[in-house]
Amino acid sequence: MNLLALEFPPVNHLFDWPSIWFEGTPYAINKTVLIYLASTLATIAIFGLAGRQRESLVPAGIQHVAESGVNFIEESVVMQTIGPDGKKFMPFLTTIFFFILFSNITEVIPFIQFPANSRMAIPAALALVVWAIYNFVGVRSQGFFGYLKNSLFPPGVPWILYLIVTPIELVSTFVVRPFSLAIRLWANMVAGHLLLVTFAVLSAAMWAAGGVGYAGSLLLSFPMLIMMTGFEILVSVLQAFIFTILTAVYIGGSMHPEH
Amino acid sequence: MLNLLAQTGTEAGEFLEGLKAIGAGLGYGLAAIGPGIGIGTVVGNAISSMARQPESAGMVRTTMFLGIAFTEALALIGFVVFILLLP
Repeated sequence: MNLLALEFPPVNHLFDWPSIWFEGTPYAINKTVLIYLASTLATIAIFGLAGRQRESLVPAGIQHVAESGVNFIEESVVMQTIGPDGKKFMPFLTTIFFFILFSNITEVIPFIQFPANSRMAIPAALALVVWAIYNFVGVRSQGFFGYLKNSLFPPGVPWILYLIVTPIELVSTFVVRPFSLAIRLWANMVAGHLLLVTFAVLSAAMWAAGGVGYAGSLLLSFPMLIMMTGFEILVSVLQAFIFTILTAVYIGGSMHPEH
Repeated sequence: MLNLLAQTGTEAGEFLEGLKAIGAGLGYGLAAIGPGIGIGTVVGNAISSMARQPESAGMVRTTMFLGIAFTEALALIGFVVFILLLP
């Protein structure tokens, strides 16, 4: 694309990375896969190392990170949405939070600068896992027909309205939920990456133009790039948090049906 | 319309590409209006309830993020359409 004589790379070039190893096989490894492997390892390392340390009353170092992460998930996700009997989902929710956080935050880490979740595969897989878990929990805690009845025929609705409510609930509970969960994470990361690339390309092009371009780059687009980088750190953390809290809300909804 | 463009020497394909670009831009802009208003309402009400009862700020903040997430989904679907329509 060519905007105002500015060479903007085509969108595909920003998200398609060439394979590094095993090219041509289904196990090809490129930058996205490497980021996912690194964030998996980082999640395992934090909790593995923190769990192996001798328990100390005043947590320090990596134990502090792990404990405040677990505490944060417990206080502001599980207790707010599921309640005390949601504690058995703590490991799952904490893992999901840290994995998504680590693969999002690569968006602003220098020399990596690519949010791995801006490729659809892993967000979709995570959303499918969440879908399977909340349906399983619903069937286990209410029975198959009880779960269907509570999710398709919400109590307290006049019976004639079930003609409208039931199809809407069917679509929104079993189709739209995983879809919107995956789209939300993916599209936020794509939008953030496009925003950062736009301002980076703009700064470089203005600087290269020289003359009044130096001033424009230094005064307008480069401060904007720094501001957007800060904003994207916020978005990365927020999207990980929102994915986790929506997972908790869905699990809580199928554990305790509305009365 | 296409005949007129053919007379002026524009390819029909280019014309369609242009229409696509206009549609993508307009589509995203239209999709952002509703969620923009909605997120404003959600956050505004959350702030006023936090100011009224600062002790319930934690619960209100969690619920606010939930509301934002549900409202934002529509804008994001508009953004997806924008990406899909890009030439």
